[in-house]
Amino acid sequence: MSESIAAYDPSVDAAAHHHPVYDYDSGPPVERGKFAIWLFLATEVMFFSGLIGAYIVLRTAAAEWPDPTKVLAVDITAFNTFVLITSSWLMVKSLFAAEAGDKGGILKWLGLTILGGSLFVGIQIYEYIELVKHGALPHANIFWSTFYLTTGFHGFHVIVGVIWLICAWFAALRGKYSPKNYLGLELAGLYWHFVDLVWVLLFTIIYLF
Amino acid sequence: MSSSSLPTEPLGLAPSGTVHVSHDHHEIGFLKKYVFSTDHKMIGIQFLFTGLVTLLIGGLLAMGIRWQLAFPWTEMPVLGKLLFPETGGVATPEGYTMLFTMHGTVMVFFVIIPLLTGAFGNFLIPLQIGAPDMAFPRLNMLGYWWMWPGIILMFLAFGTEGGGPAAGWTAYPPLSTIESAAPGSLNGQTLWLLALTFSGVSSMMGAVNYVTTIVKMRAPGMTIMRMPLSIWGLLIAALLQLFALPVLTAASFMQIFDRVFDAGFFNAPDTLVNNMSPEVDLGTAAGGHPLLWQHLFWFYSHPAVYIMVLPAMGFVSDILATHARKPIFGYKPMVYSLAGIAGLGFIVWGHHMFMSGLNPKVSLVFMTATIMIALPSAVKVFNWLGTLWGARIQLTTPMLFAIGFVAMFIIGGLSGIWMASTPVDIYIHDTYIIVAHFHYVVFAGSVFAIFASIYHWFPKMFGRMMNDTLGKVHFFGTFVFTNGVFYMMHQLGLAGLMRRTADPYAYELYAHLQPLNQFISYCAFALLGWQVLFVFNLFHSMFFGKRVGRNPWRANSLEWSAPSPPGHGNFDHQLEVVRGAYEYGDPEAEEDHLPQAVRVS
Repeated sequence: MSESIAAYDPSVDAAAHHHPVYDYDSGPPVERGKFAIWLFLATEVMFFSGLIGAYIVLRTAAAEWPDPTKVLAVDITAFNTFVLITSSWLMVKSLFAAEAGDKGGILKWLGLTILGGSLFVGIQIYEYIELVKHGALPHANIFWSTFYLTTGFHGFHVIVGVIWLICAWFAALRGKYSPKNYLGLELAGLYWHFVDLVWVLLFTIIYLF
Repeated sequence: MSSSSLPTEPLGLAPSGTVHVSHDHHEIGFLKKYVFSTDHKMIGIQFLFTGLVTLLIGGLLAMGIRWQLAFPWTEMPVLGKLLFPETGGVATPEGYTMLFTMHGTVMVFFVIIPLLTGAFGNFLIPLQIGAPDMAFPRLNMLGYWWMWPGIILMFLAFGTEGGGPAAGWTAYPPLSTIESAAPGSLNGQTLWLLALTFSGVSSMMGAVNYVTTIVKMRAPGMTIMRMPLSIWGLLIAALLQLFALPVLTAASFMQIFDRVFDAGFFNAPDTLVNNMSPEVDLGTAAGGHPLLWQHLFWFYSHPAVYIMVLPAMGFVSDILATHARKPIFGYKPMVYSLAGIAGLGFIVWGHHMFMSGLNPKVSLVFMTATIMIALPSAVKVFNWLGTLWGARIQLTTPMLFAIGFVAMFIIGGLSGIWMASTPVDIYIHDTYIIVAHFHYVVFAGSVFAIFASIYHWFPKMFGRMMNDTLGKVHFFGTFVFTNGVFYMMHQLGLAGLMRRTADPYAYELYAHLQPLNQFISYCAFALLGWQVLFVFNLFHSMFFGKRVGRNPWRANSLEWSAPSPPGHGNFDHQLEVVRGAYEYGDPEAEEDHLPQAVRVS
């Protein structure tokens, strides 16, 4: 497994500092980076669990709760959900391209993924502006507080994801990914799918019910 | 330690000269070596010194509390001029609230957790599992520096207009969310929440790194059931951080939303504070629940209690076995009990909320789960005693502190079982019993373990010994004064003294407790003053201590087969681990210990 470790390569260090080369690889046969990203995603799951748990508690106990389908633009957001799910599919296409060593393919599909993510953020910002125009601010009532809390933190994660994907796109442009090693792209993809998955959950509970 | 044993090389290892590995062929600049270092040992030492400085600050804040409780409304020496300039050094009620809020926060988030997981986690993990460094050295550096905005914001909060945060380290709403409830906490509370978020993210970076390193970078032969218990304690504490901390981060953001955008998550609709109209402070939102914060806060902060003690338990297990020259009693039960404490630790947070209006049926569940923690904790205590039983105990300084930890943990643990019982808690809730209990666990427990670990691993960090005689004097004073402070708090609690009261003697029924409080304060001042011995010993030994070889304690775990201090990359030879970490006193062995690794190549 030692040749597939991308995050820390002891042989590079050894060459630089005249160290002996050690073979340190234990545990399950996954790369360190991938193992760490799953741990990170676990913390993210707990973070959104905290937010969604609070949402459930507040909603259950609220004296009144508006019908979200009446106060939120479900049709636009449904389209937005479709955009985000599509971008996940585009991300998978760019991984296939990386596996095939097709640099142009990576750039094309990853670029489209970035476009999808940006479109999602754009539509969400548009939605926020329209809502604020109609006086729907966090202090209006607890429904709007939870709405901005959950969708806001998700939106922030999408923005981080888009920035990450842009970095990956430039890495691909410099030819960093080979069919043997495209771990960086894979990690960005895992995060992207997670953000997508959280949105499906949020869209369901915030907009539809 | 006798000096004859100092240059001992680990069994099966030739002197370090035979395999020549040069470390310093090219100079690393000062900044890269000491400040922006990616070397886990340097980052560990950075965490250590940062933690010790914040420990001193947290300790000074405690002295302020003790002064006010012993001599209320008199001029506070030293601290008074700094903290309360406008009253000529006399504490104000709001100022007192700020003092204990900051004392608790600093100690939990910027002392104990950084010292245990940051300092020793960083220093020990790669060394004890036989890795050249952490899995992600740059993330490691980022984790350290990410803590600094937290520290800076926390101390900025002191000086904010309107005063520092004053809602207790638990930041319960409405104290923390409504400005008229706690006049001291205006913007200070927002800065406090941001500081907590920074330190939290720093901890999470560390935790991801620790778990990945322990799982993926163990030396050949280092099976998980051969890992030293320090590693087990750190691993399980890191998992607790990964799964509990994000919830606090989410809750902190919600409280920031409450304060900045009037989101109303934690403000009940009909809250009336200080006879002010609710519209003054609450947004019209205010459809939330103060209890929601308590649940979210304790969902993290109860596991945090175990983050603050599980690594300490691991270090103490290693130190006890080494200095008792005996294998740890019941290695596997020690591992399973660590895991058991951590697992149960996730489902007991409600025991902080018995008096909050929680449904008594729910309280019963939390009570039962809490009392069940006594089982794995007792396994640990009896195994420590079993390790000491019939051992050749070397009463070195680290050993004294480790035994002190065990003794103090028994007191803190027993009072914990007792107060977990809901009917008992109704009487003692928010009294000094509680303060006595958690200080026995966190100060007399974790801090004693930190002292033990510093004395034990100092030779590995700096290649020199700390002065043992001075260390012993340090231990005895610390031990006596610690009990002088915290044991007496049990008495205060039984007498009904409430915590977090600036002037309890305003109530006639508490007036007779002032002499006891004064005794406690004298002990507290002596306790802090006594630490001068430690500080002197630490810095003096760094430069003038007796030089040591690789293995001054004749210990088994891998770090002792590396040079002292280990160079970049840690080991100058490849290791193969062939046994567990506790093979002491083996009658078959030539020496009384069998190091874990043999040299390969």
